[in-house]
Amino acid sequence: MFANFDFDVIRRSLGYLFFDGMTFTLTLTGLGALGGLIFGTLIALMRLSGYRLLGRIAGLYVDLMRSLPLVLVIFWFYFLVPYIGQWVTGSSRPIRVGAFTSSLVTFILFEAAYFSEIMRAGIQSISKGQPAAASALGLTYAQSMRYVVLPQAFRNMLPVLLTQTIVLFQDTSLVYVLSIPDFLGAASKVAQRDGRLVEMYLFAAVVYFAISCFASFGVRRLQARIAIVR
Amino acid sequence: MNYHWNWSIFFEPAPNGTGTYLDMLLSGLLLTIETSLCAWIIALVFGAVVGVMRTLPSKAASRIGFAYVEFFRNMPLLVQLFIWFFVLPEIVPQDWGLWLKQMPHAPFYTAVIGIGLFMSARVAEQTRAGVNSLPRGQKMAATALGLTTAQTYRYVLLPMAFRIIMPPLTSEFLSTIKNTSVAITIGLIELTGEARAMQEFSFQVFEAFTGATVLYLLINIVVVVAMRFLERSIAIPGYITGK
Repeated sequence: MFANFDFDVIRRSLGYLFFDGMTFTLTLTGLGALGGLIFGTLIALMRLSGYRLLGRIAGLYVDLMRSLPLVLVIFWFYFLVPYIGQWVTGSSRPIRVGAFTSSLVTFILFEAAYFSEIMRAGIQSISKGQPAAASALGLTYAQSMRYVVLPQAFRNMLPVLLTQTIVLFQDTSLVYVLSIPDFLGAASKVAQRDGRLVEMYLFAAVVYFAISCFASFGVRRLQARIAIVR
Repeated sequence: MNYHWNWSIFFEPAPNGTGTYLDMLLSGLLLTIETSLCAWIIALVFGAVVGVMRTLPSKAASRIGFAYVEFFRNMPLLVQLFIWFFVLPEIVPQDWGLWLKQMPHAPFYTAVIGIGLFMSARVAEQTRAGVNSLPRGQKMAATALGLTTAQTYRYVLLPMAFRIIMPPLTSEFLSTIKNTSVAITIGLIELTGEARAMQEFSFQVFEAFTGATVLYLLINIVVVVAMRFLERSIAIPGYITGK
């Protein structure tokens, strides 16, 4: 099976794969997770705010995003982001948006729906006495969220948030449908240029597998450590 | 916004000669449903077997189950589909590879098997959680009654476990439906693929994607409502969800 396996094609393209491809993938994962977490926390706060209209809007957004396949959402935003940009900047024509910006916006808005459900569970896991004590101390709603509830919710949910980030890391490979050279896209480009599909795809699989395995092992250890402290 | 809306595009004939654009989307919907149902059968069968293996007293069985779940969970679905579609025919003996490459509807079968196995790892985790959530007494009582391990699972543990994990299995099924859209990368023209084709033929980007979005929402609603009925009819008496 490995008789005519060409390891050299992997060695020759390592620089392109990691410096261009993997950098793109990791940047997209990191910024996507960060943006998704911030936006998702806001959505969770909207759902728990007690204002029925705000809660309804946030709920609809989450349900909509969670019932659509990511591939369709990627296509949606790829075409929609130029118009959103035009609307925001007030220019007369749809603005040009790069592949990276477009996919970053997609992942932030898509993952926010998933992160918001995690943060909602986290906020709800805080006992009622905590915000009650905060308001008894004279903290405003914003202060009680900022200094009392959210830090604890975030800490309780850290393993779940990180697991979702690993899922996000794997999902970024779907930007392939826009022919963007992320890690898989770069591997695929080399594979098609040199006619070495077997080597490149197996190598990509091994790399994704190693990173995800390593990361989920780290999350498991973190979970054990947090469990001891509490 | 200087975009020319044209909602009647759905009733105009599509250039591929199969009827209107709406027919195009509907045929994509059909393929999405077919693919996800077939993949779901594979996911349930393999997932149940592997999930049970992880709860068995045998160390070896539980290790194999663990390795299986980690293997399918730690690679992106897209990479797994590429491996089934592009790599597998090259690394098997030559005449098998030839047979694989000449097989009609190859994207469909690849998607069913690839998505089915990918989802089976998740179903396995749910099955394991379901079996482990049962009180220890159930298994002990079954052993005390003289049931073998196989009988314990068949008559005591699994009927309970599967009814308990119905709600998470519903969301795994919804994920299966959504994941079929990844198969457009290996040339399966399902709902997302048809929407993309419609957009390329007609240049009506937002109408095409809105059509697909509405259809995906419809599938979701139908599945959620149907599963709610099923959950209610099989709920275990005495549990919170039971009658």
